[in-house]
Amino acid sequence: MLDYSKLLNPTVASMPPSGIRKFFDLLDQMDDVVGLTVGQPDFVTPWHIREEAILSLEKGKTYYTSNAGLMTLREEICHYLKRRFDLTYDPLKETVITVGGSEAINMALQAIIAPGDEVIIPEPCFVCYAPITEVCGGIPVPVVTKSEDKFKLKPETLKAAITKKTKCLVLAYPNNPTGAIMTKEDLEAIADVLKGTDILILSDEIYAEMTYGRRHCSVASLPDMRERTILVSGFSKSYAMTGWRLGYVCAPRELCKAILKLHQYAIMCAPTASQYAGIEACRNGDEDIGEMIAEYDRRRKYILSGLQDIGIPCFEPEGAFYIFPDISQYGLSSDEFCNRLLYESKCAIVPGTAFGKCGEGFARISYAYSVKHITQALERIEDFVKKL
Amino acid sequence: MDNLLKILEDDATLTPEQLARMLDKDIAQIREDIKNYEKEGVIVGYKTLVDWDKTDREYVTAMIEVKTTPQRDDGFDKIAERIYQYPEVKSLYLMSGGYDLCVIIEGRTMKEVAYFVAQKLATVEHVTSTATHFVLRKYKDKGVLYGIPEMDERGNCN
Repeated sequence: MLDYSKLLNPTVASMPPSGIRKFFDLLDQMDDVVGLTVGQPDFVTPWHIREEAILSLEKGKTYYTSNAGLMTLREEICHYLKRRFDLTYDPLKETVITVGGSEAINMALQAIIAPGDEVIIPEPCFVCYAPITEVCGGIPVPVVTKSEDKFKLKPETLKAAITKKTKCLVLAYPNNPTGAIMTKEDLEAIADVLKGTDILILSDEIYAEMTYGRRHCSVASLPDMRERTILVSGFSKSYAMTGWRLGYVCAPRELCKAILKLHQYAIMCAPTASQYAGIEACRNGDEDIGEMIAEYDRRRKYILSGLQDIGIPCFEPEGAFYIFPDISQYGLSSDEFCNRLLYESKCAIVPGTAFGKCGEGFARISYAYSVKHITQALERIEDFVKKL
Repeated sequence: MDNLLKILEDDATLTPEQLARMLDKDIAQIREDIKNYEKEGVIVGYKTLVDWDKTDREYVTAMIEVKTTPQRDDGFDKIAERIYQYPEVKSLYLMSGGYDLCVIIEGRTMKEVAYFVAQKLATVEHVTSTATHFVLRKYKDKGVLYGIPEMDERGNCN
């Protein structure tokens, strides 16, 4: 019998499973739970987009594409980025189509992190940045964002975390799990800190379309920031295309070249049918986005006022489809609160600590659900906190 | 266009309280808006979509193409008025194209529907011909799919 523990990469073996996974496993064992846990749209991909994928299959387009992806798709993505966020990228040299935003993050970090490099990661945040950094031999440097700052990264926090070893700053706004955004002014303050350094930015803008009341501003659109930014995004959230696994990375030529090299060895290319669907999404999907955002916005308002009425404070999220209420007043840890809510009232929300230590005292609630479903969950939360 | 109407068109069961939260408005304002829409005839009614195939109720639906001779002063309105008075008539549309009026009726049996067409509809003054098509199966109505219960199959992934 082999001793697998000795065979595994020690970094991977000692990597703790994500807190979010632990909670989801718990959830999977229970029935009749009203959950607000899912991190993906409840819409189905618009039919005109699905149809293009079907059409591509009917036409027999079942081959690999080029490693970087279909040229037409890369062009359409660049048009889209120009149209929606005033970003200019070269489809030929500065764009790579990936298997979801997740692959883009993975390849980008692998391309830049050498052993000993530090990566500054504002928390709470999505779970993948630190483990990938570690696998590359890098050192994750979590920095805290606070509720009173609307969970934005403050320039002074960033400045304090920078060392000679800092290779990269992760900016993931609009943010999962907090719903925070960074405005142009917020980003300008960050840019001031980074100007004149060699620090790169990994900007995960997968929720870019999901902002309420104002348009998303990409850090790459600021002067001097484009040259150091690896922009990562995808189709999952904007077009309700999570299952298609289609994302992309846009970055200056030299960075893109390195990412493409890794992508080519690991993945070859993104699924071809998904790429054809992506072309249609870029060309004719703006209206779909508008309709979905209007619906999310109604739910956002609904759940915010619902939580406030229960007496649970939370800052008003301005992006993504999560709300991150402060549950510290109940004297329970986030884990305890969410576990007891699950077992005693059969309602599931994700403990804030799944997204970093500073998520303690908070919980993530997804509003990618119908108002009826949200209402039911709010009732259960209210019943539960009344008993505490 | 008012968002309130769009939301209510999709789901009439939402309470004024829920609508107020969704639209960030006062409940009193929502109540007032709905009342006004009802008074102005913008909101004309509320119904429930029922999949009767899942019950033991016997019923058939038919779509009848009706050709008429329009009248000099009233056009099709007078004829339509005569037709929509029948409780069997569930919907009535004036159409462009090969016929004039599209009449949707419901009855317990095909015989009952056939009887209605022959005895009532076809004899309405200025109706010149009818063609009856029975509905065999309802797949989708008012934007809602029939027969396929919705399940949340989304994975907890991130």
